[in-house]
Amino acid sequence: MAKLVDRMQPDLVTQSYVIEVAKGVALTSRQFVRNLFGRKDTPTVQYPEVKTPYPARNRGRHRLMRRPDGQVRCVACMLCATACPANCITIVAAEHPDPGIEKVPTTFGIDLLKCIYCGFCEEACPCDAIRMDSGRHAIPTDTRVAQKTAIVSLLDKDGPSTAVQGGEFKADHAGGGHH
Amino acid sequence: MELTGHLVLDTVLWTLIKVLGFLFVFVLGTALVLTWLERKYSALLQNRIGPNRANIGSFRLGGLFHMMADPIKMLFKEDFTPTTPNPIMHRLAPYVGLVPVLVVFAVIPFGPTDQMQISALGVGILFIFAISSLNVYGGVMGAWASNSKWSLLGGLRISAQMISYEVAMGLSLCGIFMVYGSLDLQSIVRAQGQVLFGFLPAWGLFMQPLAFVLYLACAIAENKRAPFDVGEAESELVAGYFTEYSAMGFSVFMLNEFVEVVMIGCLGATLFLGGWQIPGLVEGTTPGMIALQIAAFLLKALFLVWLQLTIRWTLPRFRYDQIMRLGWKILLPAALVNLLVTGIVLMALDRA
Repeated sequence: MAKLVDRMQPDLVTQSYVIEVAKGVALTSRQFVRNLFGRKDTPTVQYPEVKTPYPARNRGRHRLMRRPDGQVRCVACMLCATACPANCITIVAAEHPDPGIEKVPTTFGIDLLKCIYCGFCEEACPCDAIRMDSGRHAIPTDTRVAQKTAIVSLLDKDGPSTAVQGGEFKADHAGGGHH
Repeated sequence: MELTGHLVLDTVLWTLIKVLGFLFVFVLGTALVLTWLERKYSALLQNRIGPNRANIGSFRLGGLFHMMADPIKMLFKEDFTPTTPNPIMHRLAPYVGLVPVLVVFAVIPFGPTDQMQISALGVGILFIFAISSLNVYGGVMGAWASNSKWSLLGGLRISAQMISYEVAMGLSLCGIFMVYGSLDLQSIVRAQGQVLFGFLPAWGLFMQPLAFVLYLACAIAENKRAPFDVGEAESELVAGYFTEYSAMGFSVFMLNEFVEVVMIGCLGATLFLGGWQIPGLVEGTTPGMIALQIAAFLLKALFLVWLQLTIRWTLPRFRYDQIMRLGWKILLPAALVNLLVTGIVLMALDRA
């Protein structure tokens, strides 16, 4: 239903603009003074210096976990690659020297341009080998190629996992948040 | 009068000093600061931060160095010339627009005594009208030579707009000549030193209040700035008549605009705010008094510059047909009425 709106019929004083312009100038000047001493109304965040915290459940960055002895926890079971809806995980498996552990990845690649940061890999993993950190920004790179190769270096970094091999239930893991 | 060689040299040197001090330091300096100040000021009006990143080492000064960083960037950018049948005209246009605006400052009396004026022309205000009208050629040439539809539409708009408002502006200032009985700007300023009713300074603002409003409206329209910016019209015509300009060509057009802001401020201060007059003080002869009165003039000019900036960031834009209607149907008749009333009052005072 269309709604009829009465057009404003300005009187002659309003139409002469002079007083209205003066009012407008007064209004903007008041705002200028307010902002000059205080900036209470400015919502801008000065990004690189000031950062707003990410939401608690944000999944920002993939991380490969390690065993207490420093080896990668991943056993190249391909469950994450299977669960991945974006098909962005590439794992090249190899024999592990320890007969108690079946396999080990020689390459653990995630194409960050394809990744949709859904966290299914983390849920699928039986070994707590991959986690997605909250509170961290996705890896920034200068080129598209770097987005595909950046994740390979995941094999070389990050700290030991607190989980027991074989996927024993951990309260903090089940909660979904990582710290 | 026979001028000896020594005297000629003296005059030339003295003129050069005035040109350097007034035109290059004050006018271009203010225009340069305005390139940063306008963005920063508008940001403060609109709850934004504004440009604040340019720095020298750890000195930021709220982004003051943007006014240096921008020209340097503009100098090193590619000065792109579109495919046009007239590349020379395209290259020439920004400067054709800039030169008249700078020349106008020659007759502005920026201080007391006849010396404080680059050129003491008897027909000062007519000179200003004649020269500042040439300004339109810069924009129109640029628009024509750009070989672009946006530019052409912007050029059409500014030519119509500037010519229309020229008329109303000229008529609005006629009242001032009638009241003070002179076309010479220095004489007009001197006449504004009188006192009205025992307390009010005889400034143009109090003698011709309607003319001041008309002058300000017409001058802002002449300068093609918001609320009269249909020629540039970023929301319709990309950048209007200077769409096809980049690097220095673009920045000369911008500089043109800011210099004209200062010009409107200086002319308005001269004609309506008593120029270098400070109420209660006589025309200075000692260096201290002269400096004080020059400072008064510059402050008045800067006040009008501030007023223009604030109006520009307060009002929404007029539509093109509204601009034409305002110019021809409201401002022009109002200027004529002002002229008529001024004439009647002057005649009545003469008889009395």
